[in-house]
Amino acid sequence: MTEKKPIKTTIPEHEVMKPGHLACQGCGASLAMRYATKAIEGEAMFTLPACCWSVIDGPFPYSSLGLPLLHMAFEAAGATASGIRAALNMLGQKKVKVIAWGGDGGTFDIGFQAISGAAERDEDILYICYDNEAYMNTGIQRSSATPYGAWTTTTPVKHFEKRPKKDMVEIMAAHKIPYVANVSVAYPEDFVKKVQKALSMEGFKFIHAFAPCPSGWKIKPEDTIKIAKLAVQSKIFPLYEVEYGVKYNLTVKVPNPVPVLDYLKLQGRFRHLTEEEINIIQKGTDENWDLLMKKLENK
Amino acid sequence: MRKLLMGNHAISVGATLSRVQVIAAYPITPQTQVVEMLSEIVADGKLNAEFIKVESEHSAMAACIGASTTGARAFTATSAQGLLLMHELLHWAAHGRLPIVMANVNRAVAPGWTIWTDQNDSLSQRDTGWIQFYVADNQEVLDTIILGYKLAEKVHLPVMVNLDAFVLSHTYEAVEVPDQEKVDAFLPPFNPEWKMDVKNPRAFGGLTSSDVYMEFQYNHHEAMEQSKKVIAETCGEFEKIFGRKYGLLEEYRMEDSEYVMVTSGTISKTSRIVVDELREKGVKIGILRVRTFRPFPGEEIAAALAGKKKAFVIDRNISYGKSGIFYDEIKGALYNKGMNLPLFGFVIGLGGRDVTPAHLHEIVDYGMKHDRPTEEIIWMGVKK
Repeated sequence: MTEKKPIKTTIPEHEVMKPGHLACQGCGASLAMRYATKAIEGEAMFTLPACCWSVIDGPFPYSSLGLPLLHMAFEAAGATASGIRAALNMLGQKKVKVIAWGGDGGTFDIGFQAISGAAERDEDILYICYDNEAYMNTGIQRSSATPYGAWTTTTPVKHFEKRPKKDMVEIMAAHKIPYVANVSVAYPEDFVKKVQKALSMEGFKFIHAFAPCPSGWKIKPEDTIKIAKLAVQSKIFPLYEVEYGVKYNLTVKVPNPVPVLDYLKLQGRFRHLTEEEINIIQKGTDENWDLLMKKLENK
Repeated sequence: MRKLLMGNHAISVGATLSRVQVIAAYPITPQTQVVEMLSEIVADGKLNAEFIKVESEHSAMAACIGASTTGARAFTATSAQGLLLMHELLHWAAHGRLPIVMANVNRAVAPGWTIWTDQNDSLSQRDTGWIQFYVADNQEVLDTIILGYKLAEKVHLPVMVNLDAFVLSHTYEAVEVPDQEKVDAFLPPFNPEWKMDVKNPRAFGGLTSSDVYMEFQYNHHEAMEQSKKVIAETCGEFEKIFGRKYGLLEEYRMEDSEYVMVTSGTISKTSRIVVDELREKGVKIGILRVRTFRPFPGEEIAAALAGKKKAFVIDRNISYGKSGIFYDEIKGALYNKGMNLPLFGFVIGLGGRDVTPAHLHEIVDYGMKHDRPTEEIIWMGVKK
């Protein structure tokens, strides 16, 4: 018998999240939380607006997060986190990190004002948006994070989503806050490193986490990572970071990009798309990438 | 120390003396001096607090909820549209059993745009589970902020202190400003049993099933009911230290009265002129001011009205399709007491229209001339 080599992990081994959470199989949002909490060194508190995680955490009196957590109204995460931050400062607990954790609905749409306010005030908090590209908790309705071409229950096949996804990362970068980054559940090392970096900085940090939703995207639960990886490799979801709104850095290079079709064809939500529409997505993806490359020159 | 203060400054001084730790507020006429004065006090280091200059009233209440759940004494102030924007989170704060104190300057609701006073903004928050006080002078404004924290932190409920726009908010009155030491003796630092704590991680406000939700509501209601007793207790403690007496209700020349004007807010003070004049003429009339609207002192009102000949409820508010709101609540409180005194409901002064002694005389005259009201609303001064 050959001796087994010990597995060398490149992300922290300790687990913060407890077993017993209520996420669906293959849920990107639960993986995202697992990676994010692994990255926390020291003490932290969370607030959650209404989102899948309002359910995932578990029913009263249970909680699977393993950290203090304030559930909050849909549009209120940015302001609630500001209040927690202020209270901790007053109680001599400046070192305790405050993390707001919201879905794309609570971040891109209804919570947008409170997030923009907190970012503009440069509150010392980390906001992480786990983006599954629609209102999944209510049963797959489109949000402003839903990409062009996608089916949702409010953008049915005959009338699929016609608008491009709102570029939240660029909007947040425009607030000139210390740190903004894209992360993906398919790239845990990059994910953890960015959360660690964000938590080491003072001021408002925004992290946008790509989190596939098997039931909402009509994908196999076992394909979550594969699809998240293809989103990066097809240049649809570039992994980059922006410091102070100007300093751009691509953290995962894409030397051998794949066509967007490879990413789209595994997902039931894009099944209806014709070649023409896929070309529109390819063109838009290339244009966005070229624009990003120009910003990357500004190092 | 006696100082000349406008109502908005009385709020700010009350919050400062209460040593609030987190203030989150958004400016709105006629509350703006509260935001201005407190931001200066905090910036000057005269109050050790964090002032979050939020981008909306919704965010003001959200920040207060975050701060209060984390264990800090939180304060905000608003008015009218701002209060309405907070509505969702008023429920959240109350269900969360958070002892936040908020001053609300009673302003009528748009459209049409108006900045003048009436009580529809706060009365439409009736069922959010907040304790609601309606105050009548600037001394009471200041005192009720301090009293409010003591009460809120005892019963784990948020407290809303309502004052009339301009009539109080912008009117200067002599106010006795208590010494900080005395306030500290009355109001110890906020130290809640349950709070967000890294040493004891828990989730607040999580998913509930119908198996537990109703018990939370029952407990909330019980706390509200209990708070009637606690208000009396707290007012007693306050009187011992500061020498000023407050309660659920306030009576004026009620002892031998046959007729009663039932009022709230500053109309109560204008009514004193009318009552004094009528007493000169031998009319046995008094004033029952409803200072506490939630919890509703129905029993106490019924007791105060027992044996009286008639009562005239004066509402600077309206529930459309029903009546004045205080009138409605009081009428309901009397029913099961078997009380059948003629109760007249007057609606007056909406949108800040002046309420003068002449109007109040007219109200009393009307009540005297009629055996019983035939309408749910007797409109005063409306141009029909």
